Amino acid sequence: MPRIVVDVMPKPEILDPQGKAIVGALPRLGFTDFVSVRQGKRFELEVEGEVTDEILAKARDAAETLLSNPVIEDVVSVQVVEA
Amino acid sequence: MTEIPLIGEVAAAAITPLAGARIGVVTFPGTLDDRDAARAVRLAGAEAVALWHADTELAEVDAVVIPGGFSYGDYLRAGAIARFAPLMGKIVDAANSDAKLPVLGICNGFQILTESHLLPGSMIKNDHLKFICRDQVLRVENANTAWTADYTQGQEITVPLKNQDGQYIADEKTLDALEAEGRVVFRYVGFNPNGSRRDIAGISNAAGNVVGLMPHPEHAVEAGFGPEQDGGHSVDGLGFFTSVLTQIVGGK
Amino acid sequence: MTQETTAKFNIDTVANAAGTPEVELPWAELGLKQNEFEEIVKLLGRRPTGAELAMYSVMWSEHCSYKSSKNHLRQFGQKVTEEMKKDMLVGIGENAGVTNLGDGWAVTFKIESHNSPSFVEPYQGAATGIGGIVRDIISMGARPVAVMDPLRFGEIDHPDTARVMHGAVAGIGGYGNSLGLPNIGGEMVFDAVYQGNPLVNALAVGVMRHEDIRLANASGKGNKVVLFGARTGGDGIGGASVLASESFDDTKPSKRPAVQVGDPFAEKVLIECCLELFKHSLVEGIQDLGAAGISCATSELASNGDGGMQVELTSVLLRDPTLTPGEILMSESQERMMAVVTPENVEAFEAVMDKWAVEYSWLGEVTDTGRLIITWDGEVIVDVDPKTVAHDGPVYDRPYARPSWQDALQADTFTGSVQDAGRPATSGELAAAVTELVASPNMCDKSWITKQYDRYVGGNTAMAFPDDAGVVRVDEETGLGVALSTDANGRYTYLDPYQGAQLALAEAYRNVATGGAVPMAVSDCLNFGSPEDPDVMWQLAESIRGLSDACMELGVPVTGGNVSLYNQTGTTPIHPSPVVAVLGKLDDVARRTPSGWREDGQAIYLLGTTAAELDGSEWSKLRGHLGGLPPRVDLAAERTLGEILINASRDGMVDAAHDLSEGGLAAALVESALRYNVGARIGLGEVAERDGVDLFTLLFSESQARAIVSVPRSEEVRFNDMCTARGFAHARIGVVDSASGTLEINGVDALPLDALREAHEGTLPKYFG
Repeated sequence: MPRIVVDVMPKPEILDPQGKAIVGALPRLGFTDFVSVRQGKRFELEVEGEVTDEILAKARDAAETLLSNPVIEDVVSVQVVEA
Repeated sequence: MTEIPLIGEVAAAAITPLAGARIGVVTFPGTLDDRDAARAVRLAGAEAVALWHADTELAEVDAVVIPGGFSYGDYLRAGAIARFAPLMGKIVDAANSDAKLPVLGICNGFQILTESHLLPGSMIKNDHLKFICRDQVLRVENANTAWTADYTQGQEITVPLKNQDGQYIADEKTLDALEAEGRVVFRYVGFNPNGSRRDIAGISNAAGNVVGLMPHPEHAVEAGFGPEQDGGHSVDGLGFFTSVLTQIVGGK
Repeated sequence: MTQETTAKFNIDTVANAAGTPEVELPWAELGLKQNEFEEIVKLLGRRPTGAELAMYSVMWSEHCSYKSSKNHLRQFGQKVTEEMKKDMLVGIGENAGVTNLGDGWAVTFKIESHNSPSFVEPYQGAATGIGGIVRDIISMGARPVAVMDPLRFGEIDHPDTARVMHGAVAGIGGYGNSLGLPNIGGEMVFDAVYQGNPLVNALAVGVMRHEDIRLANASGKGNKVVLFGARTGGDGIGGASVLASESFDDTKPSKRPAVQVGDPFAEKVLIECCLELFKHSLVEGIQDLGAAGISCATSELASNGDGGMQVELTSVLLRDPTLTPGEILMSESQERMMAVVTPENVEAFEAVMDKWAVEYSWLGEVTDTGRLIITWDGEVIVDVDPKTVAHDGPVYDRPYARPSWQDALQADTFTGSVQDAGRPATSGELAAAVTELVASPNMCDKSWITKQYDRYVGGNTAMAFPDDAGVVRVDEETGLGVALSTDANGRYTYLDPYQGAQLALAEAYRNVATGGAVPMAVSDCLNFGSPEDPDVMWQLAESIRGLSDACMELGVPVTGGNVSLYNQTGTTPIHPSPVVAVLGKLDDVARRTPSGWREDGQAIYLLGTTAAELDGSEWSKLRGHLGGLPPRVDLAAERTLGEILINASRDGMVDAAHDLSEGGLAAALVESALRYNVGARIGLGEVAERDGVDLFTLLFSESQARAIVSVPRSEEVRFNDMCTARGFAHARIGVVDSASGTLEINGVDALPLDALREAHEGTLPKYFG
């Protein structure tokens, strides 16, 4: 079954406390090359049958109205992934 | 089974009935502090009316409290799913109508109000990433809202704070507007427990009938069961509930 | 609701098993011993099917069957007087015991362990520990009202301790807070013996009206059996038989069974759902699914009831369609309950489920055949006498003997030992010692932990940490409430298991009485090493003997509990750690006694006498010594002390009370002063002379049956008279001084409260951030 993958990230100007904690923890494990981490969310929406343009548009709509909070988050991508 | 407030439903006769004032308390799956909010309503002298998230009509109530908890487990985002409940649509309409239904959002309730856009901004995880429960001092910055009329400007009150995602943020423009319009209702004093911008603990809408705050006034209404304070106990939270009663009864 | 079985399995039916006795079964991998497997074959008269083997393997595991401890646990049910039974509405054997509170109220409580999972995955292990114990309480028909968490981790500065600490505390908070249950107390002990095997015990307490009490039995032929709550997945498969019976051995490939993952939202909804079912009397019997999941629920419900049940296993709603029947039976997926419902109530039951959007599936019905029959698509894969699974499992009389090293250990007293050199004597040394004690990991302030817990939700918490007991109001009109404390001391118990277990009870009993409540019931969580080690088995046998003797002498019955064995790191067992929870009753929670003094000028009294008892003490731990004999137990004195504290609380003779335990008088004085940040002037010369001990001993000895109280001047005569009438030692040791900002003890350099506070509160943040 095809899936639509939606990626949501905190807006760039939002301080991301979880990302901050993660970038602080990485060096302790020996990963010293990363200067910043931001934590977002990935949603996988399964569709029965084909993903039409209409369905993709609805996915974008769902992403804007429910899956993300536009005050603090951006929908950075909505893509079809074949199963 | 016997009807005792602790275990039975939230609706119960008021201790000193005040001209039939009815305050609704909403329950979503996962709501935790509804019974406590109902108790606070009763102690203030009004009748608590149990409201169910799936109700398609708003019962006849004079005000609504959206209590704290973890509606829908805080899944997706705190309050994100609850805001789409059938009853929320009715509450939003009533709050925006000419009648200006007073609405108080506590903690998760505040989160639901921001998700519903009845109030601006949003809550994200506490800056220290942990759940924190503490007795918090707040300063009343606006004593003119439906829920704060019984306090005085600048008054400091102590109520419990307990949450994991209580950091209030909004863009600078919004924050400036809130300040300029006097819509910051409470500020954290002495210690900012979560990193909220401008130490904001609670805000209101422009009309002042909708107020949201992260701390829990309903847990500072009964001596011995709330914060300890100077050899005694704080019941500073009662003012929220008496304020709205004053308004309801006074017909403001 | 049946569903399509998309996965095809080789179903090992009963008929097949009967016809193929030569088939080899993986009983050893599932944790069964050879003799146990042979017993199963004998019981069935044939080899078990794969599904039956799965059931027996989890239900006969140590964790579920108590096979190593059952013989000894009987003592809890035997050493009971008629007086003790008077308020016991439900005793040992059910999901949790139930005690009568009067006025038609009943309270149910229990303490359990979730140790191994908390080492593997601290957050989920601890979280599901809370989830599990709360479900036990719900299944008795109660609304859960509070939780407590006694925790025992490794050394504070060991890197792995931080991993466990962060995860476990976040998990307990994450789950308990989301259920709306205030955390009213707990313990935090750091000791190297728990390094590879932390102890996460969880207690839950619930209240109900008498008529709401529910039991876990399936009666009524034709009544329907329903499974509701979360879907069944691969959580913790083999968790019961594997985790509890195996230790973490680096040399073998690491066992990583699927750890249970909890969803507190699902459980919160389940709580509300169940309470509505109870309110409308829609279930005849109910059982929560914990260790051994469906295996346990079906066999116990059937075994407790009329004896028979028929279940179609494909009806179980699955999260993972690839699970085999055996795996479904072993799954420990959380947030599931099983109930028995009359046909007339089915519709109403479904309406409640739909209201709360809880999934359910009708699995089968109660029969009168005396057999538990489970089918897969109609084919019989399990046909057993449920009693053999749930109750008549193997019982072992494990050999035990006093360890060869016990005498030498007991002879190695602290006093005069190498570690005792340079014992503090000058006023400066004593002040430094007091400060060192209250800053030490076990004695320090625990706010780092407790502020991650919601104490307010429910609006009925009358007292919580750092006071001596957690107090919850039950009746808003009368103020009736309950008080709880959990206590244990692994060091004492290691030195003398019989005494150590009694000391744990004494401390919990004393804590409850200090809060002003009358002790009524006990729940125990016995955390020990491997029962196959005769040394450890002796510790277990002695502890149970000691605890049961003490319960009888104090008149408080054990109403339920838990045993956790095989707690060890490699081959080194933990210190025997019997955790004892005592529940007490308060007629009016408004009268509960806090632990810190406040009013200037009040008189401070020390109740009880002090002997030189430093063995096993916190001071000796700071000096790296463990040997000798634990403090002497005096249960008659504890009883009298309890009566004094309860009466004093009731009649307003004391404003504050704090019992003495670990850390002795020094710790108690500092804690009482820091509680409300009020100083005091203390003089101990007379008491030292009366008891024949020096100042150091008086401050750091851990003699039992002692407490300090703060008495209003107007009550002093009455208070003195009461103590004298009871022949109990009491001495005025000082006065509250709210202006000084200092704890002044004669013979000890002045201790400014600010400095004490900084030392006391700085430790946990220093290590855990």
